[in-house]
Amino acid sequence: MELIHLTPSDLSIPALLVLALAALSWRLRLGVERQLLIAALRSILQLLLLGLVLNTLFSQRAPLPILALALFMLMVAGYEVMARQKRRFRGPWGIGIGTLSMFISSFSITLLAVHLVVRVDPWYTPQYLIPLLGMLLGNTMSGMAIALDNLTREAWQQRGVIEAQLMLGENWDQAIREIRRDALRSGLIPIINAMAAAGVVSLPGMMTGQILSGSPPLEAAKYQIMILLLIAVGTGLGAIVAVWIGSRRLFDQRQRLRLDRLSGG
Amino acid sequence: MGRLILRQFQGAGLEPVDLTIDAGECVTLTGPSGSGKTRLLRAIADLDPHSGTALFDRRAVDETAPPEWRRHVGLLPAESHWWHDRVAEHFTGSGTRLLSELGLDEACLEWQIARLSSGERQRLALARLLDRQPAVLLLDEPTANLDPENGARVERLVQHYAEQRGAAVLWVSHDPRQRRRVGQRHLIIRDRRIEAEAA
Repeated sequence: MELIHLTPSDLSIPALLVLALAALSWRLRLGVERQLLIAALRSILQLLLLGLVLNTLFSQRAPLPILALALFMLMVAGYEVMARQKRRFRGPWGIGIGTLSMFISSFSITLLAVHLVVRVDPWYTPQYLIPLLGMLLGNTMSGMAIALDNLTREAWQQRGVIEAQLMLGENWDQAIREIRRDALRSGLIPIINAMAAAGVVSLPGMMTGQILSGSPPLEAAKYQIMILLLIAVGTGLGAIVAVWIGSRRLFDQRQRLRLDRLSGG
Repeated sequence: MGRLILRQFQGAGLEPVDLTIDAGECVTLTGPSGSGKTRLLRAIADLDPHSGTALFDRRAVDETAPPEWRRHVGLLPAESHWWHDRVAEHFTGSGTRLLSELGLDEACLEWQIARLSSGERQRLALARLLDRQPAVLLLDEPTANLDPENGARVERLVQHYAEQRGAAVLWVSHDPRQRRRVGQRHLIIRDRRIEAEAA
């Protein structure tokens, strides 16, 4: 099947529709037109830039720039996880927990996938590494952010409950257990729902892309299965690590609840 | 048997204090709102950072595992919090005898937390604490939400507990008559300093 190339004038049609939506938002006084336009502009510029960078990387195939791009993506994802929380950990812990959990949820899982599942040679072949990493980062990020946000928000709100258990001689692990469990559950529910609805309610993005570019649907389905399973594993492992480190950080050596380690929101 | 010793013990916003509460003794503490009574109790229970030494049974707080310290040095906060649905789930023992002394019937163990009145919560929180048999009691206005009859029940139960188990009690109260009834010594916080209250 021939790939149909999109011209700039083709892209101007959806762009005009976004402008119309912004005008509607202004007319209905929704107050989001500015954010909408900035976000749309950002996505256009970022994706074009990514396209250019990937074009260059694909033609060169040198490992260092590829690794640098992968690390850059990881850092941005770590920052995003932190930025999405109402109450963040102060100091380097804020970005540290986000980046570490993204490293576990995405980076290591992607390396595992290109090495053991897809068996690409060399492993850093950018056509595989960068899109897989991007898919994993983008999809596990919200799970991490939701889980951590739930943990810190609930700890803040349920201070009395946590401390009441400490006062009665429970250890920190017991005192935060329920909150931690709920935080993990909330982080995992979106991917569980996504897996359950995949192919029935929604046609996932990666599969759509592959079909549009001419891959046989069954091949596209196999890739989509792999990515969904990896996202589920990545989200689960990353969220467990992030929530565990986060919950430990909420208590000091003397097992006191230290909400002063969180920003005021 | 429990004797609580504080040496140059300093909680947040308070001057250092030296204080010994003997086994079976009840010391009352008063002072204006915001003077630091609750902060002192929280620091003794090791829930907030502090300096100086606190000893119970010759063991310093810093050398005791935090859960163990708090099991011995029990703090009853002014407002109680609950995490299970039913009352009974918060008790380790049966708690039955404690409940009858507080004027509550055994059936209340099956009650939902959500339907408890503030007075019931306060009495049940005391029962929940005594059920774990701490050797030191730090009580933060334990009768604030209670009518006189139930207030008297709480006073009797705590005095009884302190005598029987030789527990040291530090009792925060705004009521001068209650302080005279329950305490053998009386302290007041004035300008961040903890001193003896004039009779």
